[in-house]
Amino acid sequence: MSVFSRGFRGRRADSDTHLPPGQYLTEDFPVLTAGPTPRVDTDTWTFTLTTETGRSQSWTWKDFLALPQEHPHTDIHCVTRWSKLATDWTGVALDTFLDKVDTAADYALAYCYGDYTTNLPLEDLRHGQAWIVHEFDSHPLPPEHGGPARLLVPHLYLWKSAKWIRGVRLLDHDEPGFWEQAGYHDYGDPWREQRYWGD
Amino acid sequence: MAGHWRPATLLDHRREAATARTLVLHVAGWPGHQPGQHVDLRLTAEDGYTAQRSYSLAAPTSGDTIELTVQRVPDGEVSPYLVDVADIGDRSEVRGPLGGWFIWNTDQTTPVMLLAGGAGIVPLMAMVRARRDQHSTTLFRVLYSLRCPQERYYTDELGHHPHDDGLEVFFAYTRHAPPSQPRPPGRLTPAEIATHGLPPDLAPTCFVCGPTGFVESTADALLALGHHPRAVKTERFGPSKGSP
Repeated sequence: MSVFSRGFRGRRADSDTHLPPGQYLTEDFPVLTAGPTPRVDTDTWTFTLTTETGRSQSWTWKDFLALPQEHPHTDIHCVTRWSKLATDWTGVALDTFLDKVDTAADYALAYCYGDYTTNLPLEDLRHGQAWIVHEFDSHPLPPEHGGPARLLVPHLYLWKSAKWIRGVRLLDHDEPGFWEQAGYHDYGDPWREQRYWGD
Repeated sequence: MAGHWRPATLLDHRREAATARTLVLHVAGWPGHQPGQHVDLRLTAEDGYTAQRSYSLAAPTSGDTIELTVQRVPDGEVSPYLVDVADIGDRSEVRGPLGGWFIWNTDQTTPVMLLAGGAGIVPLMAMVRARRDQHSTTLFRVLYSLRCPQERYYTDELGHHPHDDGLEVFFAYTRHAPPSQPRPPGRLTPAEIATHGLPPDLAPTCFVCGPTGFVESTADALLALGHHPRAVKTERFGPSKGSP
């Protein structure tokens, strides 16, 4: 049975705009986080990859900027229902970091300054699908949007693109992160509308 | 936790301000919720077109009845319908409850500071009402930043209720204060949070909700005053609200 809302007409998006189900377009860039914004100094910033055997490799801010830089141009989708099209970022592909370590892991847990975590299959961080980014629209990434550097995994809901990234642990098992333990979907594919547990 | 879409019927509505209305909805089989949680609400036009948004629950669980307070977003698609058009008996669908982080557990006895910017008062009001319903004596301090008296929600209830012992409310008007207020209009300052809030020694849980600028500056002020980052829970109102 359909439930109609009497008198509701709504505002149709342009027919050439293709959005995932249940999303709407925004021109703004809303900010959503669970706690205070950490202030992270690039003088002390490091990014660390730790494999399932416990081996780790770290990059300083200078090391990070010396790696090959890419310029992802992509749509982003937040589980709170806004989507933003054609955003521009600068950063380093996860492939570039992963090429430096020896791993057979299937899963990854990203962790952050400020203790946030989020989990993903390692496969979703490979093949040019994920970056550590430090610029948005050619400007340094502001702290409220995850600066100095955040993860960007645009094919999943944006909570997977962890702000204030500090490192990634490679794991042989799936370990739910912060929102994944608080009712949100383990994988988070916007096109399959995987918002919450059970979707 | 989120469950499926449930049909909802508008039972009642109350004007909170020129731009906001509280909607009382009957939701068949509502599973209950905790103060601070929100719902997704879906409207369907006669041709099948749908639009969905997230809204905060303004009151604790009461059987199959829930209350949302909705602020009209200029140029919004869903909120103008909910604030100005929907009438008693009108239908929609609701999914929830949602959000497992920005929650006050009514069993908790550690002190609580609630810091609201504008419409950010809504999920915090659910906490105030839950405290009253549970006859909780947990120390509560509410700091409510708002532009002017006309934009104040829950005017006859918040700060006036006879069964709110141990709860105090401080109003920080940012543009126009009522004539009775000696405080000149201006933003909520760290000094005011220190004076009218609770000290870090008491290790209060701090819930901060409002627009991004308010949440950023207030959370920074709480840290500067010595509150622990993990004791500060934030929720922001953008074009949409919600958790991640």
